[in-house]
Amino acid sequence: MPAPDLAVIARRGDIARALRAIVPGEGVIDDPDALRPYESDGLTAYRQPPMLVVLPQTTEQVARILAWCHAQGVKVVPRGSGTSLSGGALPLADAVLLGLSRLNRVLEVDYDERIVVAQPGVTNLAITRAVEERGFYYAPDPSSQIACSIGGNVAENSGGVHCLKYGLTTNNVLGVEFVTMAGEVLRIGGRSLDPAGLDLLGVIVGSEGLLGVVTEVTLRILPAPEMARALLIGFATVEGAGQCVAEVIAAGIIPAGMEMMDRPAIHAAEAFVQVGYPLDVEALLIVELDGPEAECDHLIGAVEAIARANGAVSVRASQDEAQRVAFWAGRKAAFPAVGCISPDYYCMDGTIPRRRLPEVLERMAALSAQYGLGVANVFHAGDGNLHPLILYDANQPGQLERAEAFGSDILRLCVEVGGVLTGEHGVGVEKRDLMPVMYTEVDLAHQQRVKCAFDPLLLLNPGKVFPTLHRCAELGRMHVHHGRLPFPGLPRF
Amino acid sequence: MTVFGPDTTGDLVAVVADAGAAGRRLDLRGGGSKRAVGAPVPDADILDMTGFSGVVDYDPAELVLTVGAGTPLAQIETLLAENGQMLAFDPFDHGPIWGAAVGAATIGGIIAAGVGGSRRLSAGGVRDHLLGFTGGSGRGEFFVAGAKVVKNVTGYDLSKLVCGSWGRLVALCEVTLKVMPCPQFVLTLALPGQSLEAAVASMSAALGSQAGVAAAAYLPGAERAEAITALRLEGFEPSVRARLAILQKLFGGEVLRDAAGGAIWERLRTLSPSGETGALWRISIPAKGCAGLVAALKPRGPYLVDWAGGLVWLNYEGPPDALRQAAEAAGGHALLLRAGEATRAVVPALHPQPQPLALLEARVRRAFDPAGVFETGRFGRIPPAN
Repeated sequence: MPAPDLAVIARRGDIARALRAIVPGEGVIDDPDALRPYESDGLTAYRQPPMLVVLPQTTEQVARILAWCHAQGVKVVPRGSGTSLSGGALPLADAVLLGLSRLNRVLEVDYDERIVVAQPGVTNLAITRAVEERGFYYAPDPSSQIACSIGGNVAENSGGVHCLKYGLTTNNVLGVEFVTMAGEVLRIGGRSLDPAGLDLLGVIVGSEGLLGVVTEVTLRILPAPEMARALLIGFATVEGAGQCVAEVIAAGIIPAGMEMMDRPAIHAAEAFVQVGYPLDVEALLIVELDGPEAECDHLIGAVEAIARANGAVSVRASQDEAQRVAFWAGRKAAFPAVGCISPDYYCMDGTIPRRRLPEVLERMAALSAQYGLGVANVFHAGDGNLHPLILYDANQPGQLERAEAFGSDILRLCVEVGGVLTGEHGVGVEKRDLMPVMYTEVDLAHQQRVKCAFDPLLLLNPGKVFPTLHRCAELGRMHVHHGRLPFPGLPRF
Repeated sequence: MTVFGPDTTGDLVAVVADAGAAGRRLDLRGGGSKRAVGAPVPDADILDMTGFSGVVDYDPAELVLTVGAGTPLAQIETLLAENGQMLAFDPFDHGPIWGAAVGAATIGGIIAAGVGGSRRLSAGGVRDHLLGFTGGSGRGEFFVAGAKVVKNVTGYDLSKLVCGSWGRLVALCEVTLKVMPCPQFVLTLALPGQSLEAAVASMSAALGSQAGVAAAAYLPGAERAEAITALRLEGFEPSVRARLAILQKLFGGEVLRDAAGGAIWERLRTLSPSGETGALWRISIPAKGCAGLVAALKPRGPYLVDWAGGLVWLNYEGPPDALRQAAEAAGGHALLLRAGEATRAVVPALHPQPQPLALLEARVRRAFDPAGVFETGRFGRIPPAN
């Protein structure tokens, strides 16, 4: 992380007083014990108590806080519910932590336009709760949806099991109210489908809190499907499961969810929830189909036929809602289940082209032997998003470092086969230093100049996403003479 | 005016860097089907991108396609159709808007103009389907953004930013798009004789039902033709039949298959009957404001409504400011797609943005193109820095 600015830390008392003038009462936290809960997010390997926490209740307070910090050269780290798995909300010793949890109201529901307007601190699940009585729901469903905030979802472009069919956050957000680091309140997007000018909303979603602070979100909601049914399919080989996934997609079927678990994950999940997963298989697929009953029944039949043609050794179709929920119970509990078989685990998040799955799992097994650490895989099979869970014991000296090195190798492998470092968890602090594996310095500079357009002083959430912090003036210079790069034609995807 | 036609990335960045150094402007062009959009810029040189053409990588089972940005849309559609797939955002060739034949439009132009057809309502726009690109920025640098997999949050999503940027940020070389399987069964439910207001209400009710409507449009009545509200259903036959039953229970209506249904959607693809001359506006608004907007503008010529009321194509010869104010009042904005040269010289094609947003947008444009190589003035002059 950037070295803390001791001069700023020395002004801590003055800063607290200035912020209290903006957010009176309990809204500013400076007691060291009270700061503790904020010292990390969902990536608990990294910890740093913030200099101060401020919890505004209005957009106007957010704008005044940012304008003041901007004028004073004080860094700001935004935070929603703190469930990031990549350290996106990791505090800095010399930064104000701006918590959005008190901006927690659903402002408007418009069923005619199928739109919800909410403040950023509303949880993902609370959006659905607000509209389910009329038969609607909000589709993106990250596993942390009980706790994670919609503002955090916008910052991280969160996904979830249903994003195969219904898209990520970015495909379900129509507009935001947004405060720049300078304290300007902007409305970007709105309620129409296309933006009037540049699609700035598209770059704000997934910007990991580096471009501005979202203070209001306009979301698209959908009518809940009439029903959902799931298939639980066991395969003797990973190749068979992979081929089944490819053929389901090739047949024109886009399931509501299509998840795969490997043998270690199946065993851990079954031991944890005991829902009757087959234990004698190498791969387990859960395929969920939703829609009108006739559609579900038709597609269940079609997927079942594809599964059997690809050597499925066990196929079960849910006959009622309780059974469907039971099929999912093991997958949804996969993380805590793995937590029961290993003192610690480290969750990775690469995406690969689906066809490379068998090869990637094979090479991951070789890496597992090389590092002497186990790995269990859960996998959003439909879109190629892998979640390898590396098993380690933090109390054993050197194991955390080995787990991190193993994880880095897995992500390098993902990029090598044509994939990416992160499918849904974000870069944050965790994968920051791996960015050059995927992008050249020129590629990264084109991204960083977008940051400069929004926050030229680099005060908002510094130290995240980009491996090297170039000053904006430096990035503005032209380094290329006559446009001739070395090997300009080299493909670098 | 010079036409540059690079076909390697090295040549491309050299052309851009040289133009930047010499203070010249480059007007990006694919097939030229939309060259009559925006202010005339007779002095700008032309950067012809059709040299970057052809399929780079296509594995149907991955649902991902990588092509040169200069590849004709028609060629891509043929290739995908052979594999039972499609671009789900329904891109279409703008040629007929100016009386030209279809076939010129390139995928790069579709992306740069943010073109999405009727299915954009349910499947998302080009922004939701562009996964990554390579290209030369206005800095004369070749770079890569995004990736070739469907799920990726590594770094800023620059792919979104180039969609609808009208060639002002990046000259696209290669683009990677998400593709989707073609529906096996399609039918259209037509509700005849509705007013626009009633049609918008019906379309809203249809979209709020469990029918999973793929597209929803309204064709107003004309001489010897009744108004039609059209709801399109797509998917596997048993599913479409079940969804149809939901809609019929709500509205009744007449079921159109094959050619009869297709003809309705073809009118929206070709924007028939908007003619080949006269001012043509594309207004994007929340559906609620649709009927009021059309009533306020009193279009004398024909108009078309797509996206369940969220998109209006309108022939309108009245004062542009009045139209834009009406669009804004309805919570939307308007693009002047077609007009005579004299009008285009003074009326910006893109809807002007409020000041703080315009300044932010200008900073983003400068981030990619500090010397303004791609800022020909076709889409307005960039506001001065600070």
